[in-house]
Amino acid sequence: MLATAVIVFREVLEAALVIAIVLGASRSVAGRGWWVLGGIVLGTLGAGLVALFADAIAQAFTGNGQSLLNAVILLLAVLMLGWHIVWMSGHGRKLAGEIKEVGAAVQAGKKTLAALLVICFTAVMREGSEVVLFLWAIAASGGREFGMTVGGFAGLAAGIAVGALLYRSLLFIPIRYFFTVTGWLLLLLTAGLAAQAAGFLNQANLLPALGTSLWNTSHILSQQSMFGELLHILVGYIARPSGIELLFYAVTLVTIFTLMRLMGRHAARPRTTVRGSEARAEAQPSSS
Amino acid sequence: MRRQLIPLALFAVLAVGATAYAETPTTHLIIKDRVFTVQELTLPADTQVKLVVENQDRIPAEFESYDLSREVVVPGRSSIVVYIAPLAPGRYNFFNDFNHAAQGWVVVNAPAESKTGGRK
Repeated sequence: MLATAVIVFREVLEAALVIAIVLGASRSVAGRGWWVLGGIVLGTLGAGLVALFADAIAQAFTGNGQSLLNAVILLLAVLMLGWHIVWMSGHGRKLAGEIKEVGAAVQAGKKTLAALLVICFTAVMREGSEVVLFLWAIAASGGREFGMTVGGFAGLAAGIAVGALLYRSLLFIPIRYFFTVTGWLLLLLTAGLAAQAAGFLNQANLLPALGTSLWNTSHILSQQSMFGELLHILVGYIARPSGIELLFYAVTLVTIFTLMRLMGRHAARPRTTVRGSEARAEAQPSSS
Repeated sequence: MRRQLIPLALFAVLAVGATAYAETPTTHLIIKDRVFTVQELTLPADTQVKLVVENQDRIPAEFESYDLSREVVVPGRSSIVVYIAPLAPGRYNFFNDFNHAAQGWVVVNAPAESKTGGRK
């Protein structure tokens, strides 16, 4: 039962953290809740479908189907997150000052809402399909239905709770730093997802590894430890990275960061003369 | 100059991919009763290996390794392919993510001195 809870928790945690940060980062976008919920619901349905067709997917592309599917889903998430981050760095900062004037925020966020939906969809689908398959594996391996159900739900609840906790903690960040912090969190998380995609593409033999185990920090921080796992999700920590993972990480980081800076500067320029604590927060270009 | 580099790089990647495809040695790993039938899998150093993981159980398993950055679900009664990138001598842990009691190691020994000699 505990083993079930732990494994479900680890899978749910990844999706929950992604959703928590995205929810935080888009706090100034009105109506985002429904889109995020929509993404979660569609992701759950997608997870069921992926689990149901796991056999066919595994056999596709001469046994590489699953690696390819994971890589595609991850790259889609990277693309949407990148767009979302860049968009928020242009508009989120501006909206921060007007956050109490709900009406003003309603119009602005429409475009990024679709990205939000896709981000939540991909996060839930990828992790959810594994949960479904795992629970099925446990259920089929014999007679512990009650323990399994309890463990599964406990893991699910714990994962969601940690996500909620992170979201709540994010809201404590003063508004003037808020979008800088969430922007950076999302940026590192996105780079980590890109590195994961590189791993899957290498696993399918579509990209060379460019060197395995460039370094090994497992004795300092094992990726199997809870903290290692958390860092893996949040900033893409890999104890023994390969060259291609590092390359994808760096390219994603630099590309989004550059676009973020360009957008941030562009949005900030006309307002640099405004004074006052909240107005200054919106006007300052990213201080990071 | 720079413009020529792109097709050149593309060609290099394709060439590497093609040779890898042509002569990749294949190794099998079997999952039975939710565990690996062997705990140690010896692979040659600095060589890409096509690993076929076969799950003989009715229920799904997941071949996963943090050390190798590999992660694939293996549905019941089927097999999947995972490519293992060229490895330096050492030990690399893998496990069944759906049953953590099932652990295993990829063992890569240093190549014989007479051949290429050096590490990597």
